[in-house]
Amino acid sequence: MYVLRRLALWGRLRSPWLLHFNSGSCNACDIELLAAITPRFDVERFGIKVVPSPRHADILVVTGPVTRQAAPRLKRIYEQMPSPKYVMALGTCACSGGVFRGSYAVLNGVDNVIPVDVYVPGCPPRPEAIIDGIIKLLKKMEAEISGK
Amino acid sequence: MSVINLIFGPQHPALHEPELFRFKVEGEIVVKAEPRIGYVHRGIEKLFERNSYIRGIYLSERICGICNAAHTVCYCQVVENALGIEPPPRARYLRTIVHELNRIHSHLLLLGVAAEELGFDTLFMLIWRDRELVMDLIELVTGNRVMTAFNTIGGVRRDITPEVAEKCIKALSKLEERVKYYRKVFEEDPTIRRRTVEVGVLPRKEAIKYCVVGPMARGSAVDVDIRRDWPYAAYDEIPFNVIVRDECDVWARLMVRVDETIEAINIVRYALEHLPKGEIRLPLRRAVPPAEAVSRVEAPRGELIYHLISKGGTIPYRLKVRTPTLANLLAAAKLFEGNTIADIPAILVSIDPCFACTDRVTLIDLKDNKVKRVSLRELARRCRK
Repeated sequence: MYVLRRLALWGRLRSPWLLHFNSGSCNACDIELLAAITPRFDVERFGIKVVPSPRHADILVVTGPVTRQAAPRLKRIYEQMPSPKYVMALGTCACSGGVFRGSYAVLNGVDNVIPVDVYVPGCPPRPEAIIDGIIKLLKKMEAEISGK
Repeated sequence: MSVINLIFGPQHPALHEPELFRFKVEGEIVVKAEPRIGYVHRGIEKLFERNSYIRGIYLSERICGICNAAHTVCYCQVVENALGIEPPPRARYLRTIVHELNRIHSHLLLLGVAAEELGFDTLFMLIWRDRELVMDLIELVTGNRVMTAFNTIGGVRRDITPEVAEKCIKALSKLEERVKYYRKVFEEDPTIRRRTVEVGVLPRKEAIKYCVVGPMARGSAVDVDIRRDWPYAAYDEIPFNVIVRDECDVWARLMVRVDETIEAINIVRYALEHLPKGEIRLPLRRAVPPAEAVSRVEAPRGELIYHLISKGGTIPYRLKVRTPTLANLLAAAKLFEGNTIADIPAILVSIDPCFACTDRVTLIDLKDNKVKRVSLRELARRCRK
């Protein structure tokens, strides 16, 4: 059992698959996330991959301040992910609402809708910051899973 | 054959933004397409009415992260028009430089995404690798990669030193070489041509009927460009060509963008070489007298309009934003009809959709599923509740 658990942990830490969901972002964070997977930064060499379906994903990367219309969809996507699942709030809007805080159409941040594991502030965060955020999340995953 | 509803979005790998399209398909053929917008509606026009003119610059920048320079140019111009001031010549040239660098990055981004949607992942990776060259230039000139915060009311916030200008020109010639190579790829590659030629045809007549703007109009032989027709910034002093193609299909719209990227490189080079000397901004004014003003800008996706009503003071009374994708979306829904399901991503990417700009609010009464549009006053009343 112990060996199997170690094996699962090894696999999980070396292939964190991301699902990107835009909950009302202005596209700046989204293009920086996309830039992170292209040749200059190339996170795929660490096994990090952006996948199209929530059923395949380990980490949900949410950008944007969560608009009222996107919030139920965000919740549903989170519920569709298999556990253990982790959430990364990307950009100042996703962390706190940013410049849109207080608008009638937004819910001021991802943590008002679903639990968040790591926050990456910045408007938009640089690709390096995004990679750093993922590494921090992986360390957290390791501590959490191996500690159980 | 029965008609099937195909739901596309709001979370879909071909869409980088949450948006819903309902396609009615008969077998493989799309008979009707209905866009359903509103997932990215953030109530920005209302927020403008609560923030001062200076804060408005940063808010307008965040309407769309991709074409942020076009938004700030347009916002600053509308406030300058209301104030009745004109930025100094050097500021107008610097604005043009950043606006065109922004256009290069936006077009390269779209061409890369287009290659990805066509299933040509290698080209996507290559274009995005070379796009980093222009991202470096934007960072060098403005201090940030994406959100430039470069324009301000009455001028710009940073100056360019001769060393920076020299570096820019060097990097631009390298970029130009690469873009010319991609032009050859888009022109000659049989895979790209098969997926795009005579797909999603928008005839010239239809383009005029639906009032499409930007590269979508120019790909359908409609010769419009705000930079030439209603010059702003330094466009009246800089020579450039307006790219128009008459094939009217997805391929023509992509080729317009490739050629515009090369034109934009030439504009930046010319502006850097002919940069006038002098001030970069006028002294700051916080209050705007009662006035009404309009400003038009050729954003990477087409004509962008800001309409400002001021009743005096430091806060706008009303600011209306008409973004290019909203103008193009109506025609886009028509484009899908008669094409196959496999062509949906190719057509969608050819309109270069930017829903962050587009989203409007429509209230739906959940009890009886009735859709109604509300007046601004009622919306304001509902907000206060």
